[in-house]
Amino acid sequence: MFFLRNAWLIFLLPVLSFFVILLVGKRLPRKGSEVGVAALGASWILSLGAAIQWIGRPVIGHGEEAARHAFDRNLFTWFQMGSVKVDFGIHIDGLAVAMLVVVTTISTLVHIFSLAYMEDDRRYTHYYAGLSLFTSGMLILVTAGTTLQMLLGWEIMGLCSFMLIGHWWEEKENSDAALKAFFTTRTGDVGLLVGISILFFGAGQTFDATKINEAALKGEMSHWVLLMAAIALFCAVVGKSAQFPLHTWLPDAMAGPTPVSALIHAATMVVAGVFLVARMYPVFFKAFSITHSPINPIAVIGGITIIIAAALAFVQSDIKKVLAYSTVSQLGYMIMGLGVGAWTGSVFHIFTHAFYKACLFLGAGSIAHSGSHHSFDMKKDMGGLKDDMPVTFATFVIASVALAGIPPLAGFWSKDEILLGAGKNGYGFFMVVGLVGAFMTACYMTRCIYLTFFGEHRGNAAHHHPHESPVLITGPLVFLSVLSVGAGLLNAPGVELFKKWTMSPLLIEAHIPEHAFSIPTAAISVAFGLAGILVGYLWYWRNLGPHGVTERAKPLHAGYTFLENKYYLDRLYTDGVVGSIKGPIARAVYWTNQNVIDGLVNGVAWLSQRIAGFVYGVIDQKIVDGMVNGAGWSAEEGGSILRVLQTGRVQQYAAILFGAAVLFGASLVLFTR
Amino acid sequence: MNFDHWALSAAIFLPLVGAVLVALWPKSDETSQKSIALITTVATAAVGGYLLLHFNYDHTDKLQFAVNRSWIDVINSRYHVAIDGISVPLLMLSMLITVLCVIYSWDHFPEPHNPKAFLVLMLILETGMNGTFCAQDLILFFVFFELVLLPMYFMIGVWGGANRQYAAIKFFLFTLFGSALMILSFLALYFKAGNTFDMVELAKQSSTLAHGTQLLIFGGLFMGFAIKVPMFPFHTWLPDAHTEAPTVGSVILAAVLLKLGTYGFIRIAIPILPEAAKSWAPWIGGLAVIGIIYGAFGCLAQTDLKRLIAFSSVAHMGFVMLGISTLTSFGINAAVFGMVAHGLITGMLFFLAGSIHERFHTRELSRLGGLLVQAPRMGWILGFCAMASLGLPGLAGFWGEFPAILSAFRPAPGLNEGLFRAYMVIASVGTVLAAGYLLWMFQRTAFGVPKDEFADAHIHDLHTPEYVAWVPMLLLIIALGVAPAIIFRVSDGAVQMVANAVKAVGA
Repeated sequence: MFFLRNAWLIFLLPVLSFFVILLVGKRLPRKGSEVGVAALGASWILSLGAAIQWIGRPVIGHGEEAARHAFDRNLFTWFQMGSVKVDFGIHIDGLAVAMLVVVTTISTLVHIFSLAYMEDDRRYTHYYAGLSLFTSGMLILVTAGTTLQMLLGWEIMGLCSFMLIGHWWEEKENSDAALKAFFTTRTGDVGLLVGISILFFGAGQTFDATKINEAALKGEMSHWVLLMAAIALFCAVVGKSAQFPLHTWLPDAMAGPTPVSALIHAATMVVAGVFLVARMYPVFFKAFSITHSPINPIAVIGGITIIIAAALAFVQSDIKKVLAYSTVSQLGYMIMGLGVGAWTGSVFHIFTHAFYKACLFLGAGSIAHSGSHHSFDMKKDMGGLKDDMPVTFATFVIASVALAGIPPLAGFWSKDEILLGAGKNGYGFFMVVGLVGAFMTACYMTRCIYLTFFGEHRGNAAHHHPHESPVLITGPLVFLSVLSVGAGLLNAPGVELFKKWTMSPLLIEAHIPEHAFSIPTAAISVAFGLAGILVGYLWYWRNLGPHGVTERAKPLHAGYTFLENKYYLDRLYTDGVVGSIKGPIARAVYWTNQNVIDGLVNGVAWLSQRIAGFVYGVIDQKIVDGMVNGAGWSAEEGGSILRVLQTGRVQQYAAILFGAAVLFGASLVLFTR
Repeated sequence: MNFDHWALSAAIFLPLVGAVLVALWPKSDETSQKSIALITTVATAAVGGYLLLHFNYDHTDKLQFAVNRSWIDVINSRYHVAIDGISVPLLMLSMLITVLCVIYSWDHFPEPHNPKAFLVLMLILETGMNGTFCAQDLILFFVFFELVLLPMYFMIGVWGGANRQYAAIKFFLFTLFGSALMILSFLALYFKAGNTFDMVELAKQSSTLAHGTQLLIFGGLFMGFAIKVPMFPFHTWLPDAHTEAPTVGSVILAAVLLKLGTYGFIRIAIPILPEAAKSWAPWIGGLAVIGIIYGAFGCLAQTDLKRLIAFSSVAHMGFVMLGISTLTSFGINAAVFGMVAHGLITGMLFFLAGSIHERFHTRELSRLGGLLVQAPRMGWILGFCAMASLGLPGLAGFWGEFPAILSAFRPAPGLNEGLFRAYMVIASVGTVLAAGYLLWMFQRTAFGVPKDEFADAHIHDLHTPEYVAWVPMLLLIIALGVAPAIIFRVSDGAVQMVANAVKAVGA
């Protein structure tokens, strides 16, 4: 039980590594990177240990009803208010273990990859500190037993994405991207704050995720409360997991160093949203009557995201942006899968997608490092790199095929389960969406491979001598490509280990449907994938098809422009929403503040001064005093006193007045004893 | 007689003794004056340490270290000082901030210099602040509450920026106006509810008051405290006072003085008049969330770094007031935490704004940039404080913000749930805007490369006094964020009592 009991070490080590690197990193021989690699390596081993012990845990029930009970451990009481006690602890179940393995594996590889890739970076030490903290954020999230702890991990990732996307903050473009990522996800986080609050009270004043889920299943919360909570939480998911319409931050996040993209987009941050839905699935399942109603927002948003992101991947010339939109699209699959009741399929898709997407991102990094001289532009600076970079080429192709969903590679198995779930649970339309997405995915990846590795050397690839990357870079690529091939077999028909390991009593209680592998569905999905590859092949290699049609046909050209401008969503957000809040709205509010509210204050002050001047200058000095002194005072003198008041020395009078009041108070004290 | 009996009086009046000593010291010997001020504040803080060690944490709802002696017999006002779980965090904050302010000022007193007068004012301020947090008698409270006013007035008026005269008088008159209504309410309580100024006694006897009378009295208290907080729409003195005040003045103002208002609500207004508090709560909550959004918009429109931070106080104190307005233990706990967190975080931001101004001689955001290049440590500290200020979990700001939002979902029985849930959503939107103005400010100040005019300037990174003054605050921001129980454990008992007083008046 050592590894399960001490699973908190898995997230604590990267946190410690962050502080150590920050405090003494620069003085270490390898500038702090050794601390990061060592900490992550240790976390990785601990995660594998936890996985092995998890698998060894006794199974309750049998057959389809077989599951393992989650391992919970409270480490300490975080705080207590009245009768509400909030613990800080770990909650380890199959889902958590699967995520732990994925996150630590990818993160360790990214740490190693960065040794070579970031070697001469101006802020190498900071970079490693950021990577460590980032990873710990995700690890805190996946091991959290309470919604509050999830929020902690969730926001730590937000912070680190800000730091890492804006790593080269000298250029405004990069810091803009960092701010955009933070704002966009934070906008969604409004939902997280509200959703957690609703569930806290709905489930009887608790943050405990298991209790909340049980309350949702047992019908202890009214459907209305559940629905509100689920919608609120889903807003956060849409922001964090880059779903339409808040997906726009993700492509910009490519401004960060490439290994960071691999980490953010494969294993952490963006799948945090998917994980949240998976973790709180009973809440969503009941709230949206998943599998019992023909349509729900999760499936719709996921479906839209698959298509609109895949379409955008076609018009990119930046290889990282292709992969970014591909990530958005694949996240759409995961979300849609959860929306159609394919829980295992979606979680499995997180698992497999992490390996091949990390492989692709790191591959793109390898190309930029050694092939295209720091450029990511496929059209301008790449082409014909297959012979110069054989290892990168091979791993990139393997990962692409895995992404395209060709059996027996990893992507096929998980995507197939999602499509199968959609078909069998009565969401036929979403299955079609998934198939169209599969076709598009295969097609844009074929395009990407052609532009990068085939044809003639262009731009930088022609002028600088492209060569294979060092082993610190290719090593992780090879490792990941092996996983891209093999990881899917874990849940292949007849094996289905992943399903057994991640099954939990809650899911059984919820009666979430599981379906056996179906050859027709698989055949159709493979056919769509192959068709995508074929179309890409014919178009690029054979030069068949209506090339240049978008230039000639007006409506098509308009469509192309629409895509190039990313559906104008960025314009809407940046200029429309943010622009108007920061500009006219903020200015109008401030104008009101200065002129209306403060104007009133100043008006009162001005009026009081006038009245005071009148009282003193006219009534007191002229009438009252005048009556006493007769007509001894001249008009000039009264006027001069008025001037004194008006030239701003009123405050001195006020001070004197106050001093007098204090003296009065003091005398009161002295003389009343 | 043991020291327990003297401890609070020592905590309150030691700074005053120090002030007298500094005032009597020869003007030319600045080092000695500074040393006396430092020793006094450290000694006061040591008394604070003694209080912390001997505080009974199992009964934080009980008034401890109480001293109750006759004072002004003719009006039955007594020298009654004591602390409970609500006072302790704020008293400690006040003591800590004053020490750090003395340290920070060590080498750079603002123009027109004159450390002697500056230190005297700072020490008098501390007496006023500590006294307010300890007083259990309304007249005593009032005296300390007002005692704070004058030193701050002079601090702004003498050591302030270009528009200091206007800002100082505005601050002074605004607060005095509130105080006038507040003292009226105190007197009304005295005459209507049993000829006593003792807060504990009044809490027991006030239920005899007619509802209408309670409402009116609460209204007077509300004006006194709301102006101090400040709540929208009584906030306009704040940006001016902050912008013009010298750095240390801004820090004390933000870190402690604003809390006198929120503290007044929790200590006086709600426990004594729970029934009226219920009637007022929806309005207070409404103004609080308006303040959150309004303050954020105000921030977004700023071009001056310090003024931006000043406006952010309006927004942050909105969260504190939202928590208070729910009249629940969650909300009030959040408010107490929020007060301390805001004190540390915004205090730090004002320190930073001051240090940036000192180096660049401007606070115009459009002229700043690339702080991370020229003074990386200061730049990262600014980033850290911005993150803390926007309520990142794991740092102190979060525990003032999130529980306040949470508590609005279910306010005290009898309050309109639908209304407060609307407040909850609006306040949550405020967190996005907070991220907006803070990170935007950080981007403009710290990211990028220095502007041409400062490209060749030699910018010194942190000085020693800055290190010494800031590190404790930064560590506390992390410590409180990681272990919120540090404060909740202290405040909870006392807060439960306030919340129970509200519950007791029925739905």
